[in-house]
Amino acid sequence: MNEEIIISGRNIPHIDPHLNLWHWPIPVYLFLGGLAAGILFFASLYTILGKEKELPTAVKWSTFVAPFALVFGLFFLFIDLKHQWYFWRLYLTLRIESPMSWGAWVLMAITPLSFIWAAAYLRELIPSWDWKLGILNRFEQWVQGHRKLLAWMMILLSVVLGIYTGILLSAFNARPLWNTALLGPLFLVSGLSTGAATILWMSRHKEERKLFSRIDILLIAIELFFIVHLFMGFLAGPAVQLEAAELFLGGKFTLPFWGLVVFSGLALPAFLEWLELRGRKIPAAIPAILILIGGLAFRIIMVEAGEMTRYLY
Amino acid sequence: MRYAMAIDTKKCVGCSDCVVACQIENKVPTGYCRDWVTETVYGAYPQLELELRSERCNHCDNAPCVRCCPTGASYIAEGGVVLVEASKCIGCGACIESCPYDARYSHPDGYVDKCTFCIHRVREGLQPACVAVCPTKCMYFGDLDDPSSDISKLLKTRKYKVLAPEAGTKPQVYYLL
Repeated sequence: MNEEIIISGRNIPHIDPHLNLWHWPIPVYLFLGGLAAGILFFASLYTILGKEKELPTAVKWSTFVAPFALVFGLFFLFIDLKHQWYFWRLYLTLRIESPMSWGAWVLMAITPLSFIWAAAYLRELIPSWDWKLGILNRFEQWVQGHRKLLAWMMILLSVVLGIYTGILLSAFNARPLWNTALLGPLFLVSGLSTGAATILWMSRHKEERKLFSRIDILLIAIELFFIVHLFMGFLAGPAVQLEAAELFLGGKFTLPFWGLVVFSGLALPAFLEWLELRGRKIPAAIPAILILIGGLAFRIIMVEAGEMTRYLY
Repeated sequence: MRYAMAIDTKKCVGCSDCVVACQIENKVPTGYCRDWVTETVYGAYPQLELELRSERCNHCDNAPCVRCCPTGASYIAEGGVVLVEASKCIGCGACIESCPYDARYSHPDGYVDKCTFCIHRVREGLQPACVAVCPTKCMYFGDLDDPSSDISKLLKTRKYKVLAPEAGTKPQVYYLL
């Protein structure tokens, strides 16, 4: 075996001995972005399908979570910037080849949309609510009259947001673990699943919970299918991707990934949801919390492990 | 014009003068470096072969750092040299994540910093600092589009390799073997 070392002395912060630049705020941001994408996706989907009455949690109440998730997500993204006070530079250009650039623009569009969407349902939550300003009351009426139009915009933006959280990583060919086209769809499905889990957790309607248990089981099945294919791709891939896969197949991420993400974050909650559909009494919070923890753990592990995979040395 | 560098691994003794020259010329903050020297040992005892390489940004023809940059702070200047405009950089780290050579770092002031091929010297007709100080004269800097340049001639006659060509970046620092 060849031995390769740096002899001029190099110990650059966050670069050596291996890249460790993106810390917890980035996976937390990716998680919150995926969660908001999931919630807004189902809200728009069932608005377009005209199911506001049957699925009030999906269309109305869960969407109050989305603006907070997006604002906190953006805050975490901001605190991980190293040259923070130049962040406005993001909005002076649109660079089509940079996922981060169009991600910034999508967030700029979907965040206010999510505020408007939830705010126009505030009166249904608090009947005595009054916006005090005439213009806001008129705007509220306009939003209520144009829900379908907003839903079409939001469904498109939420899919782009969900995929973007994965493509952000997969665009970096320098990190073999991330450099796979499956990452975009995988993060999208995972985000939709965390969104569905949140709706399931918040819902008080039996039929709605049943529907979202079914949706969640389907999403988890797709996610597991993608994960199997991800590793099949790595194992049939070049040396650098074989090394990346080894981190999860005997390496230091084996237990956290297969235990916390695949077993307790996907397989177990899917099984609990299936039991509930079969008539067993299982509090919806348990599978929902497991899925949310699994989704967060998945992103933390993917970011940290990906930074360790490399071409040289 | 396509600026590139060729480094003769048969002449390099691994003295690290190039590293020190760069740190002084470019006022690189303490603890950081834009270039570094690696030592690779091939084979098994007693059949051993040593290769020394002075490494830096490869000023790639297909630069992933420039592609990933969300603000356009990373850009390609004359001769294909990859530079960073600090006042456009938000310090997101996308370019650092995208570099298979780990040639970029986050400057203590926040923006991303890297080797510039000493473009400020090259514009004045000088050699990059690392090339200028090399005591064994193992480093060559020049224009690959000029067939009469030293580097063009060397790459026509010598065997060479580049680092991690499989990463698809078309690196422009050549190692003569």
